[in-house]
Amino acid sequence: MTAETADAAIPARRASNVKALRLAETVAIPVGAMVASAVAFSIFLLIIGKDPVQFWQLVWTGGFGSSFSIQNSLQRAAPLILTGLAFAIPARIGLTMIGGEGALVLGGFSAAAIAIPLVTNAVPVWITLPVMALSGMAAGGLWLGVVGWLRHARGVNETISSLLMSYIAIAIMNFFVEGALRDPASANKPSTMPIGDAYRIGSIPGTDVHWGFAAGIVLAVVLWVLMSRTTFGFAARMTGGNARAAKAQGLPVGALMVVCCVIAGACAGLAGFFEVTAIHGQANASLVAGYGFTGILVSFLARHNPLTVVPMAILFGAIAAAGGVVQRRMGMPDATVLVLQGILFVVLLVSETFYGRFKIFQPGNTGDRV
Amino acid sequence: MTDSPGTNAGGSPSMAGRAPSLEARGMTKIFGPLVALDDVSIKVEAGSFHALLGENGAGKSTLVKCIMGFYSPDRGQVLLDGKEVTIKSPRDARAHGIGMVYQQFTLVPSLTGAENLVISRADAPGIIDWGKEKKALDAFMDEMPFRVPLDTQVSGLSAGEKQKLEILKLLYLDQRFMILDEPTSVLTPAEADEMLGHLGGMADRKEITVLMISHKFREVKAFCDHFTVLRRGKFTGAGDAKAVSIPEMSGMMIGDTTIRERASRKKGNARGEVLELAGLFAEDNDGMPAIKAVNLKVKAGEIVGIAGVSGNGQSALVETLSGQRPLSDGGIFIRGERFEPKRGHYDRFKVFGLPEEPLKNATVPKMSVAENLAFRSFDKPPVASLGWWMSPGPMREKAKELIAQYRVKTTSPDAPIETLSGGNVQRAVLARELSGDVDVLIVANPCFGLDFASVAEIRSQIMEQRNRGAAVLLVSEDLDEILELADRVAVMSGGTITYVSPIEDTDRNTIGQYMAGH
Repeated sequence: MTAETADAAIPARRASNVKALRLAETVAIPVGAMVASAVAFSIFLLIIGKDPVQFWQLVWTGGFGSSFSIQNSLQRAAPLILTGLAFAIPARIGLTMIGGEGALVLGGFSAAAIAIPLVTNAVPVWITLPVMALSGMAAGGLWLGVVGWLRHARGVNETISSLLMSYIAIAIMNFFVEGALRDPASANKPSTMPIGDAYRIGSIPGTDVHWGFAAGIVLAVVLWVLMSRTTFGFAARMTGGNARAAKAQGLPVGALMVVCCVIAGACAGLAGFFEVTAIHGQANASLVAGYGFTGILVSFLARHNPLTVVPMAILFGAIAAAGGVVQRRMGMPDATVLVLQGILFVVLLVSETFYGRFKIFQPGNTGDRV
Repeated sequence: MTDSPGTNAGGSPSMAGRAPSLEARGMTKIFGPLVALDDVSIKVEAGSFHALLGENGAGKSTLVKCIMGFYSPDRGQVLLDGKEVTIKSPRDARAHGIGMVYQQFTLVPSLTGAENLVISRADAPGIIDWGKEKKALDAFMDEMPFRVPLDTQVSGLSAGEKQKLEILKLLYLDQRFMILDEPTSVLTPAEADEMLGHLGGMADRKEITVLMISHKFREVKAFCDHFTVLRRGKFTGAGDAKAVSIPEMSGMMIGDTTIRERASRKKGNARGEVLELAGLFAEDNDGMPAIKAVNLKVKAGEIVGIAGVSGNGQSALVETLSGQRPLSDGGIFIRGERFEPKRGHYDRFKVFGLPEEPLKNATVPKMSVAENLAFRSFDKPPVASLGWWMSPGPMREKAKELIAQYRVKTTSPDAPIETLSGGNVQRAVLARELSGDVDVLIVANPCFGLDFASVAEIRSQIMEQRNRGAAVLLVSEDLDEILELADRVAVMSGGTITYVSPIEDTDRNTIGQYMAGH
């Protein structure tokens, strides 16, 4: 029956509920997924003979239990915010772009590489660091821009190409780090020349958390504004929601996709810059830490909303921070945390199919679409 | 169920007298707050050709889905040959000899007709003895009133042949109560008449009983003997299809709904040429030619209707005009200037469009009604300032205005547009595309699946745009729509325009012949 005939029955009060119901749904389903994953992981712990209660207590104390552990969590959340954004922005335009890891590694490497001549010639810090950051963002942006361009111009599946491009990016870094740009002093672990303490970016005053965390929050807000309040974001959401309709409105769909990929690559590249300048002080294999892939998980939990990426990244930062404690106190391998992440990811993907399925979240008028 | 072709086609001299009768009593189906079917009864006599009429959403589909076992009715019973039967699933329906032909084909395109028939059997063996099956099929085909080449891949058959094969499949499975859901929508008028003629003949010989969902009065009057009408989920009438007049039937269908009076056609309205399609070529998704050398001119104040059987390049043509498919050659010109389907040109040349299946082609289902209404205006003042900063306030205000003006029924401007009914989605798209100053309007199957009131309103709006001086290109698979609206008709067949004529110099038969490719 069409709404022409059914609409009279729709009470006016339902109108105001539409938004609230949608919001409730977007909160309830990820929370439900997290609870389900926690239950599944607890069962896993019981099977291997460990105490789930002790595990969750340790995760809490290791992630949020003390000022130290909170700062540790935030520190680890910093790259996850940026790689989460690197997945979320292409996701809004309908791309499943999983190349954050490669863009992070290449961005970090490129920042470390450009630092070599600058540091050698004692260029001031206030010039060097921005140049390094821009270099990292440009490298990441170009790298994933290629993925977007291949998708637009040649119809290459962006998921596959971005994954493969990640391996190429890691190989490129290894090629230079073990070859032309290897610091002779790095005997056991091939690395680029250390940028030196003077060029390290340091912490947010009063904390041990490096500036990458603040940069991540600023970028999350900026990108949220970009996606929700600008014509670019509107056009991107149109394209993501229905590319055919966007084309029929004359939008440059391909260009929008490329730009979203470039933004994503720049975010991940910036994460690489912070890893180099705040954590490692040089580029080496430690950059390949899986932050790019965990970012996918963060973005899914955040439903690809740039603002929600921040708390979700902190959550994962906390789980990672607790990993060490769990390892020591419960005698479990550090891959345990990866099992938890894996379970969570699968449950989360399944939960995506539940949107629109629960009657309590539906405004009453959907029955007219028989 | 005697579903082995060996038994049902094995030489019984006649199939006569095997037509079942079917009666559904007090069928009620409730979906949440909506009563889709309210105490509906229908009686289909053995060997009758019964039409089920009603507007979109009247409950026709719900009724047949209850009979077919796709839905279980909340109340009501089905009697076959006077005995109550329980149908809990399509499998049960099949076992009782009730079959259905759907609007879309359900054949496997990459298999031959013979293969399609044999694998459709519930007892299709793991290893098929083709020699034996071929013989059984030949025997079966000898009894059929029409033939379809069974050795050709289904993808190589015409729409008419495919539809015949669908019906053969039901007979092959010995399903002698046939439910047909708008079976002629993909056929040319001649193909439709031929197929309905065969079905009518078989029903007359009491070989089958047919219940046909239709909205084409012409076919109902010509071929059916009885009819039942539903409106808003209720039974509103039944009778002898030959005796009851079309106005009486349509009265039962629309009830007291007021239908907007059609905008009348202003005479001598056409002025200079506006839109010119010059030698358009485009390829389909497989790189095969989809349209070839399409040439057409549309004047200001004129509607040019493009008729054709579905799948002859009309969709590809509309897609090239709306930027969804690149041209491989040729050009689109508006007032002599080259038109590219890009945002700037849409605005500069005032080109607007009502694509078919608006939910798929003209809206973003998960975005709100207000956002969908802003697709033309989101990057212009007052919604956008400086060309990039958007203010939701003016967008919402404009949306409220359009919703009121075009009577779009929605719970709120913030509701996702996918929650609206088909007619309201189309009305929202109309509001967006027709509220401005329109010079060129490209319309494709604008009324597909809509109820009478919406159809009348949408056609009136198109006519008003024409009277105002817009150049209108109307692509439609509904010949009646073209005959009603167009000033000139063009027929598309095999990817190109094969016939152009002023509407007053042509008729349904001539157009039908060109549609069939003659």
